[in-house]
Amino acid sequence: MSELIRKSASELAELLRNKEVSSVEVTKAHLERSDTVDGAVHSYLYQSPEAALIAAAEIDRQRAAGDSMHALAGVPIAVKDNLATTDAPTTAGSKILEGWVPPYDATVVKKLRAAGMPILGKTNLDEFAMGSSTEFSAYGPSRNPWDLERIPGGSGGGSSSVVASFQAPLAIGSDTGGSIRFPAAVTGTVGTKPTYGAVSRYGVIALASSLDQVGPVARNVLDTALLQDVIAGHDKHDSTSLPESLGSMADAARKLDVKGMRIGVIKQLTGEGFQKGVSARFQESLNLLQAAGAEIVEVSCPSFEYAIAAYYLILPAEASSNLAKYDSVRFGLRVEPGENATIERVMAATREAGFGPEVKRRIILGTYALSSGSYDKFYGAALKVRTLIQRDFAEAFSKADVLVSPTAPTTAFKFGDKVDDPLAMYLNDIATIPANLAGIPGMSLPNGLAEEDGLPVGIQLLAPAREDARLYQVGGFLEQAHEQVWGKRMIDFAPELEVR
Amino acid sequence: MAKAELMNYEKALEQFEVVIGLEVHVELNTKTKMFCGCKNEFGNEPNTNVCPICIALPGALPAVNKTAVESSIKIGLALGCDIQPTGRFARKNYFYPDLAKNFQTSQYDEPIAFNGSLEVEVPSGDVHNVLIERAHMEEDAGKLTHIGGATGRIQGAEYSLVDYNRAGVPLVEIVTKPIFGAGAEAPELAAAYVRSIREIVKALGVSDARMERGNVRCDANVSLRLHGAEKLGTRTETKNVNSLRSIERAVRYEIQRQAHILANGGTITQETRHWHEDKGSTSAGRPKSDADDYRYFPEPDLVPVQPSKELIESLRASLPEKPADRRKRLAGEWNFSELEFRDVVNADLLDQIEETVAAGAKPQAARKWWMGELARIANEAEEGTELNVTPAQVAELAKLIEDGKINDRLAREVLGYVLAGEGSPAEIVTARGLEVVSDDGALIAAIEAALANSPDVIPAIKEGRMQAAGQVIGAVMKAMAGSADAARVRELLIEIANK
Repeated sequence: MSELIRKSASELAELLRNKEVSSVEVTKAHLERSDTVDGAVHSYLYQSPEAALIAAAEIDRQRAAGDSMHALAGVPIAVKDNLATTDAPTTAGSKILEGWVPPYDATVVKKLRAAGMPILGKTNLDEFAMGSSTEFSAYGPSRNPWDLERIPGGSGGGSSSVVASFQAPLAIGSDTGGSIRFPAAVTGTVGTKPTYGAVSRYGVIALASSLDQVGPVARNVLDTALLQDVIAGHDKHDSTSLPESLGSMADAARKLDVKGMRIGVIKQLTGEGFQKGVSARFQESLNLLQAAGAEIVEVSCPSFEYAIAAYYLILPAEASSNLAKYDSVRFGLRVEPGENATIERVMAATREAGFGPEVKRRIILGTYALSSGSYDKFYGAALKVRTLIQRDFAEAFSKADVLVSPTAPTTAFKFGDKVDDPLAMYLNDIATIPANLAGIPGMSLPNGLAEEDGLPVGIQLLAPAREDARLYQVGGFLEQAHEQVWGKRMIDFAPELEVR
Repeated sequence: MAKAELMNYEKALEQFEVVIGLEVHVELNTKTKMFCGCKNEFGNEPNTNVCPICIALPGALPAVNKTAVESSIKIGLALGCDIQPTGRFARKNYFYPDLAKNFQTSQYDEPIAFNGSLEVEVPSGDVHNVLIERAHMEEDAGKLTHIGGATGRIQGAEYSLVDYNRAGVPLVEIVTKPIFGAGAEAPELAAAYVRSIREIVKALGVSDARMERGNVRCDANVSLRLHGAEKLGTRTETKNVNSLRSIERAVRYEIQRQAHILANGGTITQETRHWHEDKGSTSAGRPKSDADDYRYFPEPDLVPVQPSKELIESLRASLPEKPADRRKRLAGEWNFSELEFRDVVNADLLDQIEETVAAGAKPQAARKWWMGELARIANEAEEGTELNVTPAQVAELAKLIEDGKINDRLAREVLGYVLAGEGSPAEIVTARGLEVVSDDGALIAAIEAALANSPDVIPAIKEGRMQAAGQVIGAVMKAMAGSADAARVRELLIEIANK
């Protein structure tokens, strides 16, 4: 195994800057790693080695010519397969988009290309990002590098496992209810859902427009910050994107200081329902923060009780409408049902064949929630809960600068454990969903291993909207404090993958 | 399908009160579409003005066209509406292949403009105050062409083609409150209302307002109830009636059709109906109930439109003259009789005459040409064809007559050549040598030739019997193939007789 793949993005960037390695070498090392492990992990739906090497060679040429380079120039990256790319099929994990190559790049992809970051390939996800395990990917699940019998989290299990298995130093994810943070927690990696609007959604295949947010995935806090700095910023093609810059996340990640900060523990997201090891590690981190001069306060968010219910009305409602465009007319799958194929029958046959079970479930839920007679009872009520959750956060942030909770109630579960029980699967996102409903930023970072199963546990940090930098400041501190306790990075506890 | 039975119109009105409601879609003439940067242009090759946004590719997002918002506000202000301080877009969900996203981005409970009114004059001279419920912004759908099958309709077609050039073109839908009390004039009022809307959006410069291109489209709701009844009757909605004359005919037809059904104990089905210009009748479309479930919800991809007070006031200050004020002004300037002026309004020729007068013609001359010869030619042409003549050309034609260069008969001939695209009237007169002959030498020669055949004319004129001059003038005109200046011939003839 090449030394290069175990290096962080910032370390690689340093080596590249000093011309100690070339981008082609770095890119090749990661492609070779995929050759040996991705058969087992299945992080990728599509790999683009040729395009990545061409991009890498171009960056090397520019660097040799003395051009001014972006901080992460030459560092390769993997992109979740729900972002449009002109040089690779974009499927969102669905059969209905099998083989579809978009004629345009997502804004985030454009930014990656402009920063000189070779794109290694497209990572797996639950179909249209609906799921917490990648078991709903139409192309088979990704596996957790810590235990191949377990899920890598979802929907972004491809992006979490690709960095956890050292196939890429960085990845792009998307988070609608925890799809970046939950996978990060169960794979011992770092992932941030930025403030809603901080990163353009243009070219991101929509799940639920008011909840979706693109974000960075990496193996440490600084790398995550550097990547957010690349992809953030206003985009005139996304009306909901924030007009203002949120400042440098990398600067915040380098502060390593929490003295005087008020850290709020959300009462409703601790204790009962959380695995023993998850709770134990969480308490240890609170102790570390307190020891460093942070003030720990308890806050109460009573409306969180209804968060999952509201989320599973708002999300399906928006998704049912967003997914209406998959009708066989202009792109993607077309199924013609034999004789007398009217447009209605072609649309119905295509959607029947092209959508998987979870997608159909949510389309039905959402269509029902929006229908006249149900709207006030369901969708309308859910919007009210959303407002209450926003108020809970406002109240909590009047007492604390950053809120903390375990990222998920449990460590990674086994394949098949929850796939037939939608409610159990949905409950998994209890701690992550409120941030999406409120549009605030959240981060998950490694928080140790649960003693009962030896699997990674994550801690979630939450900050007020536009205060993403606070996440990186506290996250950067906590990561360094953990390393001092553990003697090495958490990812280094991961078992070596059986190389075929 | 058997043609529906109709009740006599007067009889229908004796029994029933007519209530109409009008929904007018105005296509805005912005440079680009409502939510993307594609060109908003008519008549281009199919699917050339398209992009990931307007054909709804996965991942694409809308962004609102600022000019379209301003145009919508202008329309709202011109209709005396209040402007919504914070207006959200909403998704109207339904599957149809001309609707790329399978939902239309529209407005639902927060239309950009609401609560307005418009004074509309009908041909009798009565003025009705039509109350406007709302005007909201939305996007147009693509255009379907059905191939194969006899009717050109989707039923029986082998396959259909979609052109998304029109998909995402900005529309403003203007909806009236129910209009009561128009009585027998309801059909005329419907047409006059749409004409007023057209005049307004044209004067505002926000739409090309060409009905034949679908820039202005009208859906006419009609219901009947017994005189004195409180409850509104069941309505039908006749869709996409695309000329003023058709609107009038369609409303009249629906009144007669519904009256026959109701008078015979039947019930009206709430449905959309299609107007057939050729048959002069409507046929049933799809059933429409108030429970039609479009699953409206606020569009999460767009932030609300929040026009500032300053913007609204600056747009208000930029509004052109109101059509009713303009009519009053023009009636004063032109000095037409009341009847003449109303005819011009009803013929929808105010613009043309105003422009012709502005180009130098006398008002009466402009009226004469537009209401006379040009109206006749337009009537003979296929509906929707546009006459190939500009107000400036008509003014030039009138000037040529006034200067004695051509006479009326020649002018009509010249006009024919103008319409055929040969150039301006003056150019044609020169090129074709059509100028009237007022060269006295040529005229005197022709008069003397004519007098040789009619020796008793001179004595008759000398005796004061002027009518005798007619046969000589006629002969001269004939000999000179109509290009003689008849007045001059007469003068010369009298001079010769009195020598």
